[in-house]
Amino acid sequence: MADTPLLSMSRVEKRFAGIPALSGASLEILPGEVHALIGQNGAGKSTMIKVLTGYHRRDGGTVTFAGEPFEVHSPHQAQASGISTIYQEINLVPLRSVTENICLGREQRRFGLLDWNAMHREAERLLSTFGIRIDVRRPLMDFNTATQQMVAIARAIGFSARLVIMDEPTSSLDDKEVAVLFRVIRQLKADGVSVIFVSHKLDELYEVCDRVTIMRDGKTVRVADMDKIDKLDLVSAMLGRDVGRSDGHATAFAERQRSAGEIVLQAQNLAAGHAVRDVSFAVKRGEIVGFAGLLGAGRTETARVLFGIDRAQAGSIRMEGQAYDPKSPKDAIGAGLGFVTEDRKLEGIVPELSVAENLTLALFPRISRRGIISERQQRELVESFIKQLGIKCSGPGQKIRELSGGNQQKVLLARWLATHPRLLILDEPTRGIDVGAKGEIQRLIRSLADQGLAVLMISSELEEIVEGADRVFVLREGRTVAELDGEAITEAGVLDAMAHGHSHQIEQVAS
Amino acid sequence: MSETLSPASAKTARFFDPLDFLARYGTLVALALLIVFNLIFTRNFATLQTLNVNLTQVCTIVIVAIGMTMVIGTGGIDLSVGSIMAISGALAPLIFLGTIFPVGNIGVSVTLAIAVALLAATLLGLFNGWLVAKMRIQPIIATLVLFIAGRGIAQVLTNGNLQVFRVPEFQWIGLGRPFGIPVQVMIMVVMIVVAAWILRRTVLGRQILATGGNEKAAGLAGIPVDRIKLTVYGISGFCAGVAGLVVIAINSASDANLVGLGMELDAIAAVAVGGTLLVGGKATIIGTLIGALTIQLVRYTLLSNGLPEGAALMVQAAIIAGAVWLQQQGRVR
Amino acid sequence: MKRRVDMRVLLGTYGVVVALVLLVAFGWWRYENFLGMFNVMSVLRYNSMFALVALGMCFVIMTGGIDLSVGSTAALGSVAAALGSHYGIIPGIVGGVGAGLLVGTVNGTLVTRLNIMPFIATLATMLAASGAALLLANNQSVSISYETGFMNLGQGNIWILPIPAVIAALAYVAGSVILNFTSAGRTVLAIGGNEDATNMMGLRTERIKFLTYLASGSLAGLAGVILAAQFGAGQPIEGVGWELFAIAAVVVGGTLLTGGMGSVGTTLAGVLLLGILFNMLNFENGMGWISLSAYWQSVIRGGFLLVVVIIQARLMSKEAKHVTS
Repeated sequence: MADTPLLSMSRVEKRFAGIPALSGASLEILPGEVHALIGQNGAGKSTMIKVLTGYHRRDGGTVTFAGEPFEVHSPHQAQASGISTIYQEINLVPLRSVTENICLGREQRRFGLLDWNAMHREAERLLSTFGIRIDVRRPLMDFNTATQQMVAIARAIGFSARLVIMDEPTSSLDDKEVAVLFRVIRQLKADGVSVIFVSHKLDELYEVCDRVTIMRDGKTVRVADMDKIDKLDLVSAMLGRDVGRSDGHATAFAERQRSAGEIVLQAQNLAAGHAVRDVSFAVKRGEIVGFAGLLGAGRTETARVLFGIDRAQAGSIRMEGQAYDPKSPKDAIGAGLGFVTEDRKLEGIVPELSVAENLTLALFPRISRRGIISERQQRELVESFIKQLGIKCSGPGQKIRELSGGNQQKVLLARWLATHPRLLILDEPTRGIDVGAKGEIQRLIRSLADQGLAVLMISSELEEIVEGADRVFVLREGRTVAELDGEAITEAGVLDAMAHGHSHQIEQVAS
Repeated sequence: MSETLSPASAKTARFFDPLDFLARYGTLVALALLIVFNLIFTRNFATLQTLNVNLTQVCTIVIVAIGMTMVIGTGGIDLSVGSIMAISGALAPLIFLGTIFPVGNIGVSVTLAIAVALLAATLLGLFNGWLVAKMRIQPIIATLVLFIAGRGIAQVLTNGNLQVFRVPEFQWIGLGRPFGIPVQVMIMVVMIVVAAWILRRTVLGRQILATGGNEKAAGLAGIPVDRIKLTVYGISGFCAGVAGLVVIAINSASDANLVGLGMELDAIAAVAVGGTLLVGGKATIIGTLIGALTIQLVRYTLLSNGLPEGAALMVQAAIIAGAVWLQQQGRVR
Repeated sequence: MKRRVDMRVLLGTYGVVVALVLLVAFGWWRYENFLGMFNVMSVLRYNSMFALVALGMCFVIMTGGIDLSVGSTAALGSVAAALGSHYGIIPGIVGGVGAGLLVGTVNGTLVTRLNIMPFIATLATMLAASGAALLLANNQSVSISYETGFMNLGQGNIWILPIPAVIAALAYVAGSVILNFTSAGRTVLAIGGNEDATNMMGLRTERIKFLTYLASGSLAGLAGVILAAQFGAGQPIEGVGWELFAIAAVVVGGTLLTGGMGSVGTTLAGVLLLGILFNMLNFENGMGWISLSAYWQSVIRGGFLLVVVIIQARLMSKEAKHVTS
């Protein structure tokens, strides 16, 4: 294999509104290699890809592709230069035929008109190189996700791509479909095409990738051959942890004041879709239970099942001893659950409404009589929460979209606290929040648990899990693989379970 | 990332942003300027008669626009209001004239006529809501069905005939003037007050805005999003029903071909110019009133100063496009 | 899975054709002269204006947009054509189509440059075009010239075929070729199917969208030309409700109102279906058996639309589930 890299990005800088997203990041891809690009959320890998494909303009650094300086300003140009991207949300047109999806943009013509026969043949030929034979005249949506992915790849190859970027291509595939995809990737490699493979499923990386670049905080922290780095090293580098290192507190979580009470919610062998395959855990009164795992481990998806947004396909949940099978968020709220979602903008705030209205969103029936909101009750409630949680706003009437992220998050927390829940689910409660507000929220979570609330906290920040949680369940590819308790909650222990997936402790839960 | 610098403080840091200012207060400024202009240039402008003429002309638009504001507040749209007006306007005379069945007492028959017309209008609105909420059809298409079929229903009911009548007991709602104030204007004011109160003070109002502002978040907070949608379309149907009755009362006649024709456009224009976000989540009834008055006054100003109807229409079009464009600029910032 | 697909193809593509054939067969069985030369030709002549408007609408809707201005654009076109007809046939046509192009340009600019929702943008131009028509016509209908032969565009025949029907047929052939055999046509469908993806595929979505509004405007203008020629005058207040007739025809013709799927040929079938309904109501009344008023036509049209829209919604929600699962 040639030693000159196909792609070389070095010292790449990118800032958004003055805040650095990439600072001196680098990436080097050899011809015909499958290269893993991994990192936590916000590590900069998607920014890196978007800089490469011309979606963002870089603020600094150099990029060379195939030995030439590389300047593109749109995905279209990148595609024309031989770099194709296959996104997680497959970016094709489901209603249109397979042929159109493969050939749109480089149609074949005869006498100035489209030559459908030639285009169908071309589509069939491209797909058959992956051993796929389908009726290319049918609309894309008639085929399963894996086939759609193959169509996306065929499109990329059709544009004679020399580098194919795959952004979490396996997240919605089942095992058999993954096997087909890997066969295609190996085929690409054999044809001399390079692949950048973004995934959080460690086993897959080892199965198909040659080398790996690990990013953290906008920097490239490690580049290694896949067969020379073990899973623990990989996860540690990704999370920025030295294995076995121990130091003082990095978060504002205090030690807990009370011991856990009776079980509030218990889930057994939950399964839903591809993401949740076999999840079991329990949350007790007055404790913070942490859900640890890499992206795509099925943590958020499990929470969605608990809150009645998605339905479980298998398994059982008991809430306060009763069988519990919520069909809608309303059921869940009625049963005493609250859910602070991960994406504040998309699923949390109603931007045009005031702080007061956002805070009481789940509470309208309780602060009204015959459908009329009691202004007095609302004001008292909102003011007490503003004071209690230290929400910084000009007043209850200020629009929530004008608040900072930390204060928005406090309003959302208050939204659920006001319903007096017995179990509060927090999905990445401190993401995108400045350090000061982060500490406040962490202290608040602890004090809530001390007052007897059961808290289920999903977090990708290791310190938050290790220091904050009283008990930790580690999820890996849709399964609970470990339960850690008390002294056993260490960074090493959590990392180990995330990397290797020990399941020896899981039996405790079922008992 | 520094989270303490909120967009609000960033905004106040800039002294004056003309686009933002226009997006917020443009309509009000335009209305004020129009009034000043007319006081100076239009003869006999500052008279009670001018006020009454303008108010009666704008009245039915405002009544329909109230329901439209709520529908648009949830992120929907209702194209069927004009046709529902026609149905309500066709039904009522059929009953109080005794065409369908004879009713002896005129008081009873008028009451019955109003009740049946409004009930039918509300049910048709609920049908729209059902298509949108339960069948998950885009609002613009769902309400297109009744837009087309509704006027036909009204025409079939009356066989396309003009129903002429002189029934003072009924026409009071269009022609009565206790204390010199037209009854229809009173109806409009009452409906505005009630609707503004609903939007501001009631659970329903909050739920409407939450549904339009972020349907996902609203659903996650346990708000019955489907029921809210059903309700606003029902309200819109009811408002159109009222407007239909007012129109026929004024005209002393009901013509199914003409009642409410083009009303959906006038109402949507009033809502848009009034500052309600067309994508939902922010709605203002008072704004809608101001929007309707502004459009009305623009027309009045142009026509009473000798400009042709065609020019008035073109100006109206420019106002609508401009208002929506400004609204978008305000949101981008 | 196979059966579901067949259902979609059947209902979406052939449903309207089957309904049309059944309707014609019913008419032939029930009414004397229904398939007579005179009736067939007059149905074709009268509906060719609507067919042109629906063709433009079909392209706009396939991108996921909508054009509410077509009715008043046709009115404006008829006035401009009537005024132009005094200078000859060509100036008449140029006047009508040019007026349509102008409205289309404004629509395209509002939608693609200023990013105003198609619905609102074309609502505004609907008012503006109607205002322009009134201004241009001085608030009354404008007589065409009977000396230049302009009226033949509406009333003349080629062999036995009405000229407006021939124009519409040519437009549909051209539309069908563009949709099926040019990359612009395929891009129209791709935009409606998934605009972001189409953009990412490197296709010029904005330009194509602009072109669809241009096409819709100029076809509406052409319909105005025929309107003026057929009725002997430019009609500034004609065209009310044409946009909705066109939308209904497009939807009944199986084109998804959300865009991404549609066909030119079945749109024509949709136009004919709705047109023949009207024709049959006339026959029904002529027979005097039952007095079905002409007003039933809009009720029946609305009913058709309802059924089609509900079927579409059902099928699409099943598709959506299939795609996400």
